[in-house]
Amino acid sequence: MAILSVQDVSVRFGGIIALDQVSFDIEPRQIVGLIGPNGAGKTTLFNCVSRLYEASAGAITFDGSPLLAVPPHRIAGLGIGRTFQNLALFPTQTVRQNVMIGAHSRTRSDFLSNALKLPWVAREEDECRAHADDLLRFLDLRAVADHPAAGLPFATLKRVELARALASRPRLLLLDEPAGGLNHEEVEALGAIIRRIRDELGLTLLLVEHHMSLVMQVSDKVVVLDFGRKIAEGSPAEVQRDPEVIKAYLGTEAA
Amino acid sequence: MMSRGTRLVVVLLALAVACALPFTLSNFRLFQFTQVYIYAIAILGLNMLTGYNGQFSLGHGAFYAIGAYISAIMMDRWNVHYGWTIPVAGVLCLVVGFLFGLPALRLEGLYLALATFSLALAVPQILKYFEHWTGGSQGLVLSKPSAPFGLPLNPDQWLYFVTLAVLVVLFWLGANLLRGRVGRAIVAIRDNHIAAEAMGVNSALYKSLTFGVSAAYTGVAGALSASAIAYVAPDSFNVFLSITLLIGSVIGGLASISGAIFGAFFIQFVPNWAQDISKAAPWAIFGVFLIVFMYVMPFGIAGAIRLLWIRARRSRVAQVPESRETAPTQAPTSS
Ligand SMILES: Nc1ncnc2c1ncn2[C@@H]1O[C@H](COP(=O)(O)OP(=O)(O)O)[C@@H](O)[C@H]1O
Ligand SMILES: [Mg+2]
Repeated sequence: MAILSVQDVSVRFGGIIALDQVSFDIEPRQIVGLIGPNGAGKTTLFNCVSRLYEASAGAITFDGSPLLAVPPHRIAGLGIGRTFQNLALFPTQTVRQNVMIGAHSRTRSDFLSNALKLPWVAREEDECRAHADDLLRFLDLRAVADHPAAGLPFATLKRVELARALASRPRLLLLDEPAGGLNHEEVEALGAIIRRIRDELGLTLLLVEHHMSLVMQVSDKVVVLDFGRKIAEGSPAEVQRDPEVIKAYLGTEAA
Repeated sequence: MMSRGTRLVVVLLALAVACALPFTLSNFRLFQFTQVYIYAIAILGLNMLTGYNGQFSLGHGAFYAIGAYISAIMMDRWNVHYGWTIPVAGVLCLVVGFLFGLPALRLEGLYLALATFSLALAVPQILKYFEHWTGGSQGLVLSKPSAPFGLPLNPDQWLYFVTLAVLVVLFWLGANLLRGRVGRAIVAIRDNHIAAEAMGVNSALYKSLTFGVSAAYTGVAGALSASAIAYVAPDSFNVFLSITLLIGSVIGGLASISGAIFGAFFIQFVPNWAQDISKAAPWAIFGVFLIVFMYVMPFGIAGAIRLLWIRARRSRVAQVPESRETAPTQAPTSS
């Protein structure tokens, strides 16, 4: 069964149709690339899954249960993690604290137990910190662990967002342009990280990216959007040959 | 940041000094320190809401007043022991704050500031209206509690220790709260509420609960003040009290636990100094103090101390290689 199923989802902003009856499925442990020119609706689709935007029509199911009636703060707890294209970190907090906030959805201590610092709360806190430190090591962020997020380079902050998303131990991870601001070697390294996230942590990934070589290398399947419509879906090789896709890209930017 | 060990040493030293004060100061001076601790508790409550959670309140004097009157009415009407009135005031203010926080969710920034301001305006008049309970404009005269178990302490000394004990407990609870999972979520809402929700933070619930806890702290402070002053009257809880608490919060350091104590010292003693300097225009002098403090310490007193601490440590680290060489020492510049 598909882990995420998008069915005829449409989103309108006033007169603009940002998504027009988009449908596709993601199978468990797949890496699916979501591509399309700027303004195609990729981020809008992420925001529908995160419940930050309301879909005007259609349905989305996660693990078979409907998602569009779930409040936004419950999405992470269901097992869906995400990063943001333009960064949505907590600037005054250190990198480690940012990552620890990512574990909010899977930790339990409340106002009273936190204030009393009950033994189980202290254990939970220790586990949360240790897990955050593991992730910082995994993403080579240990050197900046105690640095506030504000003031770090964009490319570093992109990795912090990835670590923060992983801190919730999601099953499905949505990455919105994770290679933004990276140089060639860094993009290569990111490709390896994305594959390790799938192979070692067993996650399913939906990847929005403009670096075509990265998308084509890591994806099992690619979905192409243009002006809010799905114009192609298939293996990287199939999609690259698709005349509609070639037209969409030649019409805007040479990718 | 200070290490945990250093922090513990500083806290224990401060506590040792605090415990010695009653035996060295006059009763009047001691009463001023009791008032400082009461303000510190109220300001810590305000810091949680405004500093940590980013919700502005120009009306925390209202919760202070409610706490004071709950305590006073319980003592005056039902002869309840003052010790019981303090937790009751805290719990009732928690509920009131939570309920006020629910509609406040729809208000952002300055609009919330105005809504809380109207609370500060309304509460003294409401207190006068329920004259039967509150004694109207006359207020309620209470008796100062004396030390139990035949302890050799006068009432001022005893109240000082009670207040200090409440402060220690509430600061311990507050520090645990703010440094743990809940505190991170509270700050996350302030820093980026959309991202906080995406991380699973129920920001509506957290904001209302933070409002409740904040009001509870300030309410407990009010309840302590009722016993310390042995008198409550509506006009001592006017709008100026709310502004004073906000001043203490900002000057001490907004998102800071220790800042609440520094801020409390400021609002207790600086107006007095201003009075000493100029009988004619004390508030002008106070205003100058305010501006100078904000100019010199843009992150409050706690922020300034943190910066000094970091600098001192850096220069200590920097001096080690320098001392081996013969090069003239130069003040390390902050990098
Ligand atoms: N919050 C919003 N309000 C109005 N229009 C929006 C909003 N978000 C996205 N859009 C519009 O929807 C379209 C798709 O945008 P987006 O999903 O960000 O594209 P992509 O991520 O593929 O570059 C664009 O025309 C954009 O201007
Ligand atoms: Mg986008």
